Amino acid sequence: MECPGGQELAWRGHSVSVLFECRFMCGIVGLLIRRSELRVRLGSLAVPMLDCMGDRGPDSAGLAVFGAVTGDGRLGYSLYWPGAGDSEWAGLLAEHQSLHSAEATLETTKDNGLLRTALAPTVISEWLGTQWPGINLLSVGDSIRLYKDEGHPRDIAARYGFDALEGSHLVGHTRMATESMVSPAHAHPFTAGRDFCLVHNGSLSNPNSIRRRLQRRGIAFETDNDTEAGCRYLEWRMREGDELEEAIESAFGELDGFYTFLMATADKMVLVRDAFACKPAVVAETDDYIAVGSEYRALAHLPGVADARVFEPVPQQIYSWSTVSASTAQPTAGVS
Amino acid sequence: MSGSREFDLGAVTVRELNQFLHTDVSEAGVDRIDVRNPNGLHSIAAGLDCAVDVEIHGHAGYFIAGMNKLARVTIHGNVGWSVGENMMSGRVHVKGHASESAGASAHGGLLVIDGDASSRCGISLKGGQIVVAGDVGHFSAFMAQAGIMVVCGDAGANLGDSLYEAVIYVGGEIESLGADAREEAMTAEDVEAVRSLLAEAGRDADPAAFRRVASARSLYHWNADAHQEY
Repeated sequence: MECPGGQELAWRGHSVSVLFECRFMCGIVGLLIRRSELRVRLGSLAVPMLDCMGDRGPDSAGLAVFGAVTGDGRLGYSLYWPGAGDSEWAGLLAEHQSLHSAEATLETTKDNGLLRTALAPTVISEWLGTQWPGINLLSVGDSIRLYKDEGHPRDIAARYGFDALEGSHLVGHTRMATESMVSPAHAHPFTAGRDFCLVHNGSLSNPNSIRRRLQRRGIAFETDNDTEAGCRYLEWRMREGDELEEAIESAFGELDGFYTFLMATADKMVLVRDAFACKPAVVAETDDYIAVGSEYRALAHLPGVADARVFEPVPQQIYSWSTVSASTAQPTAGVS
Repeated sequence: MSGSREFDLGAVTVRELNQFLHTDVSEAGVDRIDVRNPNGLHSIAAGLDCAVDVEIHGHAGYFIAGMNKLARVTIHGNVGWSVGENMMSGRVHVKGHASESAGASAHGGLLVIDGDASSRCGISLKGGQIVVAGDVGHFSAFMAQAGIMVVCGDAGANLGDSLYEAVIYVGGEIESLGADAREEAMTAEDVEAVRSLLAEAGRDADPAAFRRVASARSLYHWNADAHQEY
């Protein structure tokens, strides 16, 4: 850990309050199923985790769930359309068919929908942006579906039926806003590119410079949120050829601030804490699942957790768990 | 007093448990309380002020046995942040691992951790004593003012940063020392202090194999010529 003298003195001046004020702000949860028979219970296992972490983040919440890749060449687009009902969603699908003559399906739950179409993200994004300004495009990918909303996580879970969700893994977030407004757009998970999302407990101190650098490369932002800057930075590194773990190594030198990041791609879940590690995380590992929470109490209801390997991730080590490998996860890299 | 009582935190709240421990335990003639299903809950047995034994069976959350006076609290599992924070006296024993800031600002008493303690263990220690059988994380004993911390395993980066008059003894490796912390020669008094604390904590280790870390006291007075480089 680098800690030049000047920073150290500034750190020393307000250390205790900085360290202690961040004990209870925002919660993260993650669950990756190792035993395939348990995938039908992914949602029902995760809902109590989110509910419990509502104590840390009662103002908004989000969940990204990853299922099987359909392999039919179509992409899934998670949509959030406040106030939409069946007739509005039917109108959206009808216009898609009439304008684009492409096969599409639309699954909806209240004001959240998943549009599956072969059309490219640029086409969909432009179409929605010009014709349907009330719709927010939350995620794009082969296997991701994303939900976000305002309110207590318990209510959001009930609203969208998280109990019934199936899949290989998910990440969720309960937010207590500290640096930008409360809105579904500012809720986590944040996404960038395809099948990639990130939830964040903490605060970055240089999101504006990161955002400006990326904007100069033509990367568009949707909010002023610090987490979005971190998310788009990592996705940009991956488009430049990095594996996610390499992108995180790069982020250690670029992102300034406090963070526990929990990320997911189509086939893995990845966890990392910053060098100071003052944002919490606890991992419970069994043969059946990997569970991550801001606190142990979010995991206490999980089956077999009393006999799980429970540990706290150490600073600046990358913990990566794959959905396709049942091997014991080990840190894939370490910097200290 | 010689009775015992059990609380199941799956059935009653932490507040009800603590209310009993704060106000009713003496008159109830109880000197041992078993706590079941702690399930990561916070503030269990915080603020005690009587010589009672509390046994917590399972993993517990933040602030366990915070502000403890006189009581002996044992956690048969892991604990979250700030176990024994601001302890005044008594004994807190964690049979598993402890998360961050274990024993923060403890004025007195003994905190024993059989496993590892995470970062900032003993931060701002004010006279309490801590024995960690395993390792401690980075910035442990940060700004520690008085008291003793014994680490049988390894210490993470920046051990004893901005240390005042607390003394640290380390049996394993030290990743790095923080600003103004320095290693000093072990005296016979140091060996005796370590031996005594290890015995009290029930640990079997050679006290002469420990190293002493204390303050160089160069940060005690502001030095404008240092240009904030320490």
